[in-house]
Amino acid sequence: MNLLELNRVSKSYGQGTSQVHALRDIDLTVDRGSLVAVMGPSGSGKSTLLTIAGSLEEPTQGEVLIDGLSLSRLSNNDKARLRRRTIGFVFQDFNLLAGLTAVENVSLPLELDGTTARRAREMAMGALEELGIADRADHYPDELSGGERQRAAIARAVVGDRHLLLADEPSGALDSTNGEAVMRLILAACKRGVAAVVVTHDAQLASWADRVVFLRDGRVVDQTLPPPSPEALLSPVPNR
Amino acid sequence: MSVRHALLGLLSEGPKYGLQLRQEFEESTGDVWPLNVGQVYTTLQRLERDGLVESDGDGDDGPQKGFRITDQGKAELAEWLRTPPDLASPPRDELVIKVLVAMRLPGVDVGEVLQVHRRYVVELMQQWTRLKEDEAGFDLTFALVVDAELFRLDSVIRWLDAADGRIKRAGVESPSAAPAPVLRRRLAVRR
Repeated sequence: MNLLELNRVSKSYGQGTSQVHALRDIDLTVDRGSLVAVMGPSGSGKSTLLTIAGSLEEPTQGEVLIDGLSLSRLSNNDKARLRRRTIGFVFQDFNLLAGLTAVENVSLPLELDGTTARRAREMAMGALEELGIADRADHYPDELSGGERQRAAIARAVVGDRHLLLADEPSGALDSTNGEAVMRLILAACKRGVAAVVVTHDAQLASWADRVVFLRDGRVVDQTLPPPSPEALLSPVPNR
Repeated sequence: MSVRHALLGLLSEGPKYGLQLRQEFEESTGDVWPLNVGQVYTTLQRLERDGLVESDGDGDDGPQKGFRITDQGKAELAEWLRTPPDLASPPRDELVIKVLVAMRLPGVDVGEVLQVHRRYVVELMQQWTRLKEDEAGFDLTFALVVDAELFRLDSVIRWLDAADGRIKRAGVESPSAAPAPVLRRRLAVRR
């Protein structure tokens, strides 16, 4: 079932001659358990697509559905609740709160949503454990390495019952080993039923996705076909 | 790729039979580069002719014939390991040529041509990446070979993206928009 659905979504800023079309007629569906990557040059509308899918911005035209629910029918409060409960965001610069420890960063959205502090901490510790940084739980972001900070950010995005993960250049400035680790974590979340959209210009990250959608000048211009079995690569090829 | 030196490398571990060499070669490259048995024996014959390996005498040429590396073979292997492959002269890259040709042709959307190749390369990368998913079945040798392939393909994508941006900025959508660029420097092209 589609967890995220964008129907003919357009977004423009400004008016008249100064109007800028960030997105034009975007159709995109993401199933539960699947990972979709969106690739495109800077200025192609990738980040706008993500903020609209995450209800942080409203489309000028078209409709966004999350779990079958049209965002245009939700009040601002309902949307805020949806963002706390259903959607997890991972940003390029991690966006961890500097004054909170790793585990506090992860438990904060749960507490804001009414979970008791004790239960929220338990759930946050569980998420950190799953991402292999439980031993760093009580450290502040500036005491964590880049890779650890990104793991904490992913833990915050998947903690609780969130089932839509939206990531903007999630490997940030991490090296390729850590970038790969980030994608493995996102893929593991997808195996548990999370639907994920990763926006990136990095083909190595995008290649972890089930489907890669190419954006250019605010339009979807192309997408990959479902990949054949990788064994096809290992069939005998002469003169290799 | 040098099958010759890969075989010398395997023989430096101790004497081996031809079939064994083939099997070990394929295993050591994570089964990514298959090798036919004829290629193994032809290469061994040449290595023997050049004095880099020795065999168990002139008798039976069958699968039970063993091969050993010679001192000269060891020296050759040591030198090869430290000799950089020829990266100095650019290869005649078919993809680059296709894009250069596309820019000269009337009515061709170069951006669309670039995208056809971009999608194909990303699809290939998805296949290679899928091989990495199963970490348990992913040994070091195989990981290195898969990484090498992914970085190679990634560099193709980067070039396509850079070309896309450059062509867009130059406003070259069709030959009527701008004259074909002139290569001011002649590059030494191998092959």
